[in-house]
Amino acid sequence: MSAPQRDVPGMLDSLFAVARRDLLLAWKRPGDVLNPLFFFAMVCTLFPLAVGPSAEQLTFSGPGVLWVAALLAMLIALNSLFLSDFDDGSLEQLLVSPQPLPLLAIGKTAAHWLTSGLPLVLVSPIVAITYRMPGSVVVVLMLTLTLGTMSLSLLGSIGAALTVGLHRGTALLSLLILPLSMPVLIIGANTVSLAAGNETYSAGVWALAAYAVGALSLAPFATAAALRISNE
Amino acid sequence: MATGSGALTTQLSGRDLTLFRGDRCLFQDVGFALQAGELLLFEGSNGSGKTSLMKAMVGLLEFESGVIEWNGKPVGEQRQVFHGSLVWMAHRVGLKADLTLVENLHFESALRPQSADDLDSVLERLDISRLKPLPLRSLSAGQQRRVALARMLLADVPLWLMDEPFTNLDREGRALVMRLVKEHLAKGGLCAMAAHQDVEIDATVKKVVL
Repeated sequence: MSAPQRDVPGMLDSLFAVARRDLLLAWKRPGDVLNPLFFFAMVCTLFPLAVGPSAEQLTFSGPGVLWVAALLAMLIALNSLFLSDFDDGSLEQLLVSPQPLPLLAIGKTAAHWLTSGLPLVLVSPIVAITYRMPGSVVVVLMLTLTLGTMSLSLLGSIGAALTVGLHRGTALLSLLILPLSMPVLIIGANTVSLAAGNETYSAGVWALAAYAVGALSLAPFATAAALRISNE
Repeated sequence: MATGSGALTTQLSGRDLTLFRGDRCLFQDVGFALQAGELLLFEGSNGSGKTSLMKAMVGLLEFESGVIEWNGKPVGEQRQVFHGSLVWMAHRVGLKADLTLVENLHFESALRPQSADDLDSVLERLDISRLKPLPLRSLSAGQQRRVALARMLLADVPLWLMDEPFTNLDREGRALVMRLVKEHLAKGGLCAMAAHQDVEIDATVKKVVL
């Protein structure tokens, strides 16, 4: 080469580029984003209709129902995380790019959370009205859901990466991810219950935050390794 | 640069390459050496392992034995440098069907070193500039291959890896690919290509028959 070779673009540039591309794709296909959200809203609004309008019962079961619905909605959304990239060959292109794969995985997971986890968090206050949650509890609900869905997206990216090569790997994906997500569900739902009962709940929030930080620091490496295996 | 990308030192070589898929041995003890300005052709019938060899070269599959060296160092020890020196035109184009070609190519530009060529002139050369506003899914297969060619032209890398580059291209498109490869070689680049057809090109060609 006559001219010296130009440098590889910065690592963070590639992370943001992946996230931006996936957000753009989500924007062009809003159905993929709305499906899990619709599921979440439906479960949460149908439940009170089925069990009856007793205020006591609804305040008691509200946190649990909201959290279970959020967890399942996240699972539904997870399946598509790497699937289209795998099918059209752009995953191979990411694997042979000079950029570190864990960072690209963070970029993809971040975009995925913004289009699956964040909408759930934003819709939850509206849904919470059905369960007669006071404003102070709704704040706790949103906070725990934010931290919890982040963990679920990150953990889920490992499972999605492992099962992307198997067609119809949805059942396997749920099986892989559910055990890891149980702490998130239990701590999340109980923290909101504690807040609803006017008890101290900060320990739960910290535990969820710790779980999210742990997932952020470990999951991208596992996801990257899983993607390499799935592509063989 | 003192080392690495100088015209005299750019080289790609493979020694004793053996690859298994499952229990089946695709090829055994294959070797090659490629210098700047040379074209490497992988020839073989369908299923002889051309694509697998290229996939293993870029690290998507693992060789049973043997080593690929880039500028005299095994690529396993310098994966990032090697990946930063190549662009791979795979069988599938690896572009997003819902995005326009500009959006696709813009994304690619964040992944690897970019040449100074301006996007519009590259698209003009490939005869796809009028397709700019369309999502990729509305392009024909041949036009999508041309977008994949644009990705190669926009990347500033010495090594082009092309897996069946003539698939879906018309006669004019095939001639265009050969012209682009020749230009790339003349600039001191390297190209490894898997192809069924005979490739006529005015450059040093090395063949590996699988």
